[in-house]
Amino acid sequence: MEQFLEQFPIVINSLNVGFLQTLKLFAVTLIGALPLGLLISFGTRSKIKIISGFFKIIIWIVRGTPLMIQLLIIFYFPGLVLNKPIWGGSEAGRFAASSVAFIFNYACYFSEIFRGGIQSIPVGQDEAGFVLGMTKTQIFFRVKLLQMIKRIVPPMSNEILTLVKDTSLARIIALQEIIWAGQAFMKGSQGISGAIWPLFFTAIYYLVFNGILTVLFGRIEKKLEYFK
Amino acid sequence: MALLEVNHICKSFKHVEVLKDINFSLDKGDVLAIIGSSGSGKTTLLRCLNFLERPDSGVICVDGKNIFDSNDPSLLKESVIRQNRLHFGMVFQQFNLFPQYTVLGNLTLAAKLAAKNSYAKDKDGDNSSEKAVLDDIDKRAMQLLEKVGLTAKKDSYPCELSGGQQQRVAIARALMLTPDILCFDEPTSALDPELTKEVLRVIRGLKSSDSTMIVVTHEMDFAREVADKVIFMANGIIEEAGTSEEVFTNPKSPILKNFLNS
Ligand SMILES: Nc1ncnc2c1ncn2[C@@H]1O[C@H](COP(=O)(O)OP(=O)(O)OP(=O)(O)O)[C@@H](O)[C@H]1O
Ligand SMILES: [Mg+2]
Repeated sequence: MEQFLEQFPIVINSLNVGFLQTLKLFAVTLIGALPLGLLISFGTRSKIKIISGFFKIIIWIVRGTPLMIQLLIIFYFPGLVLNKPIWGGSEAGRFAASSVAFIFNYACYFSEIFRGGIQSIPVGQDEAGFVLGMTKTQIFFRVKLLQMIKRIVPPMSNEILTLVKDTSLARIIALQEIIWAGQAFMKGSQGISGAIWPLFFTAIYYLVFNGILTVLFGRIEKKLEYFK
Repeated sequence: MALLEVNHICKSFKHVEVLKDINFSLDKGDVLAIIGSSGSGKTTLLRCLNFLERPDSGVICVDGKNIFDSNDPSLLKESVIRQNRLHFGMVFQQFNLFPQYTVLGNLTLAAKLAAKNSYAKDKDGDNSSEKAVLDDIDKRAMQLLEKVGLTAKKDSYPCELSGGQQQRVAIARALMLTPDILCFDEPTSALDPELTKEVLRVIRGLKSSDSTMIVVTHEMDFAREVADKVIFMANGIIEEAGTSEEVFTNPKSPILKNFLNS
């Protein structure tokens, strides 16, 4: 017990640092993948067969392979195969590579949710806008976007909760996120080794953070309940 | 001269001819009822007038000006179409209100966007006059809500209204942009008989205020009462046309006789 109390502040400190990296990767992924996903969803809906086909193949590849492999390929491929190590070996380089992999991967999942959201809006909404002389852009932003957001909040929140947990995959390229930080105390770090409880303890961080997100999404859903 | 002239309109969907050489004209202030069995092409005809479908050939002329001519590519530009389609208002069978806007918002959205756009283009326009224009739009919307008897509902959302009320909002919304001709595609067929009455009352009210209207309907009694002219469509052609009296009391075509008796 005494030993635990001694270890506790050291471990928490370290986990906090790791979790900050987790949150950073989470935030960067969201900021990048939401707009990119919207663009990809437009791409898959293009009337030009080559364009829509191209995007559908990309989505198929990205969703059909493990994110872990994508991380490894994005991180190692330029250096090992092309002999152009663009990422460097620093934590910043690993973070950049992780961000690219996560943004790309999640944009593809988001795009399918967006596509479902757009397609679920009855064509009558477009037509009502057209006969009132509105432009396509006006109809999208002023009429369809909010209806689409309302429909995608539930599947989106699912995906985003998964993203929080998925960030831990980035430790495969040694990104120092929270699980990496917890694991370090098993191998030995800052005078502590063979301790498994820090690793278990990381679950609490995820749990609390996802709890906050769940409340937040619940609020958004409530806010959009005023229309059907 | 007629307000609306439709000449030689043809429309096919994948080699199925849905409209075969449609010709008719409509005078200002007249109400035209289009009747006919399911699949005869009534909706497609209305959608061609509103540019929701593009006819394969033909000419549509409003007030002496061509607004559609399959041989005139300058009329097919998106911005030109957007202007020209405002000659027509459209009331849909399924109302198609914008759910996230209040009743008032539904009426004013398009008008305000158009007003803001024209002010954005003309950068020197001062803000006070823009505000006056937007206030005018609100005022006009309130007048139209009064006309359809829904002033009290101006802040309600569509999901809080009955079907009949929603359709009356849709009618007011279509009137906001002062179309020359207001089109209705079976405006009451999604409604209970009781709610149908209130919508038909509004349309009757519009007739007495001299609006020009085209009404696709299965309500024969209503068509007979309110229409100045009637077109009976069958298999993509105008099988018979005439005054309400001629079509309903003295039908000539056997298909029409059959239709009226069923
Ligand atoms: N977008 C489309 N693609 C293919 N065929 C279509 C399309 N729209 C209409 N049609 C066909 O055109 C024909 C006429 O349809 P339309 O909707 O104009 O008939 P209608 O007279 O309005 O019928 P109803 O009384 O049932 O509303 C039908 O055979 C229909 O299947
Ligand atoms: Mg129809």
